[in-house]
Amino acid sequence: MNLLLTFRIALKAISRNKLRSGLTMLGIIIGVGAVITMVAIGSGAKARIQEQIASMGSNLLIVLSGSTTSGGVRRSMGSAPTLTVEDAKAIAEEISVVKHVAPALNGTTQVVYENQNWATNTTATTPEALLIRDWPVVSGRPFNQAELSAAAKVCLLGQTVANSLFGEMDPAGQIVRINKFPFTVIGVLSLKGQTTWGQDQDDVVYVPLTTGQRFLFGSRFPGMVRAIMVQATGPDVMNRAEEEISRLLQQRHRIRPGQENDFSIRNLTEAMSTAEASANVMTILLGAIASISLLVGGIGIMNIMLVSVTERTREIGIRMAVGAQQRDILYQFLTEALVLSLIGGIIGIFLGILASQLIAQFLKWPTLIAPSALLLSSTFAAAVGVFFGFYPARKAARLDPIEALRYE
Amino acid sequence: MPELISVENLIKIYQLGETQVHALRGVSLSIQRGEFVAIMGASGSGKSTLMNILGCLDRPTRGRFLLDQNDVSSLGKDQLAQIRNKKIGFVFQNFNLLSRTSALENVELPLYYNGTTAKDRRRRAQEALRMLGLEGREHHIPSQLSGGQQQRVAIARALVNNPALILADEPTGNLDTRTSLEIMEIFQNLNQDSRITILIVTHEPDIAAYAGRHIQFRDGKVIADKQVQPRQASVGLAQLPVLKNEEIA
Repeated sequence: MNLLLTFRIALKAISRNKLRSGLTMLGIIIGVGAVITMVAIGSGAKARIQEQIASMGSNLLIVLSGSTTSGGVRRSMGSAPTLTVEDAKAIAEEISVVKHVAPALNGTTQVVYENQNWATNTTATTPEALLIRDWPVVSGRPFNQAELSAAAKVCLLGQTVANSLFGEMDPAGQIVRINKFPFTVIGVLSLKGQTTWGQDQDDVVYVPLTTGQRFLFGSRFPGMVRAIMVQATGPDVMNRAEEEISRLLQQRHRIRPGQENDFSIRNLTEAMSTAEASANVMTILLGAIASISLLVGGIGIMNIMLVSVTERTREIGIRMAVGAQQRDILYQFLTEALVLSLIGGIIGIFLGILASQLIAQFLKWPTLIAPSALLLSSTFAAAVGVFFGFYPARKAARLDPIEALRYE
Repeated sequence: MPELISVENLIKIYQLGETQVHALRGVSLSIQRGEFVAIMGASGSGKSTLMNILGCLDRPTRGRFLLDQNDVSSLGKDQLAQIRNKKIGFVFQNFNLLSRTSALENVELPLYYNGTTAKDRRRRAQEALRMLGLEGREHHIPSQLSGGQQQRVAIARALVNNPALILADEPTGNLDTRTSLEIMEIFQNLNQDSRITILIVTHEPDIAAYAGRHIQFRDGKVIADKQVQPRQASVGLAQLPVLKNEEIA
């Protein structure tokens, strides 16, 4: 008996008992739908975390200067004047696995435009900083090497600052006052959004490092910087870059073995990958819980197929009498179970997609439907059909034709 | 002329719990091609057991069974299924049609299991139904047909694969006299015109009278086996009084 014919007979048997078939399918529909929705929620969370990692800048290491102790109170990392522009240059020149290096100073400043004012964090750094953070300028241009050398009073505004001071107006070319000094706005940075911990990345002003040193963050220690942003050449050399920078700075700062470092290195990507890993665990967990409902759906199929085999004992007997072999009967019932679960699976996929979109729309949770999840769940549904359909089908195939014909 | 059926010393023992039931206690007989045989006997005489074995639905405990000169007594289930499909047509007392399935598809059923193409299936099933005077009823389901019509669909199903042998187990048991005669007439025509071997199991002497050979069973053994001059069903039909409701119709 050919495949197409078996398929048609199965469809016919299913359509003969629509309510029962529908209820049986419902188990699979809910199961597949739940798996897809849950995996979509997990994948969405993961995608958002990945997006945030990308927004921070990929393969990013931050070297912070050491802490100071004044009057017994230890202040945070970055408060002691231990890092210099020279350190940054040395890192760039001597370490091969480093792509970009940007020394930076920062502090809170008051930015004023006409009658508007805004207190924000100003970062003084080199043009490489924007490359490291993968942060394009959407209106205007980034500052250049010449402006850096000349300590030009130019600045770039983050979206939040631009909106607060200028509203709808394009700030490029306008003059703002930062801590009373007039700065020309040469560009506005693209929107970055919030970090995982809710910090607004767009509430920022960028100025050239030299400008910051001269006008905004004057220091008793010329050439001192608070932090050095370092971008490694790839994710696989992050640890190597961290070690080499550490060794280089220990050498430059003459720190003996066993002595505490006067700097610290933060690997933000690592912290984020931990978050990503937990999102992965969440996806697996949600998927596993949803799979249980698919399993229950499979048991429903088995139950109905067993009832169906008993009910149709005489039909099986007739088919055997006119020449159906054991495998013909086996395939007939197996196909029926498979068709039930496949149709249920397909409806479940649509239901899952719909549910994911509703969740994204009304609960504002990010959801992501991966094609692999669709493929996986439909394969899983078919596997459930075959697995749970096999026992009833084999039971049917092994019936004795004489007994089956006599069955009332 | 070669024998279609040849059984030698057939023994069938059923194990029912502790007790053994000897359904057949050494049956030997041979049936030629083109014979019309009635197997008679009280219930429990072993005639149904013999029919099941001759129909390749069951295997003998001991003994030899040659069907069309092939030994089938030791074949497996699937090989028996193939033989049933190719060589044997069954007609049952309760028709055994698939419910909620059209007459046409019921007749097509044996052809599903031997790789006949869809077009051929349809053509042959329609032909078989036409032969049995069921034109126009192809798409009726069994519950929309009378008993006689249902049995004719069953006969069409038995015939559709051009079998060498038709086995009919009490084919008229559920039918009235007139319909019974009509069915017997169909069997006689098939036997005489198409030379199909027909075996019918019955306990009604009136029905057995249309067969050319009577084999009598008792307690799992053949007790009588004789050739007789068969009565003609067409003659019997002509002699039946016309029913009143048929006059009205």
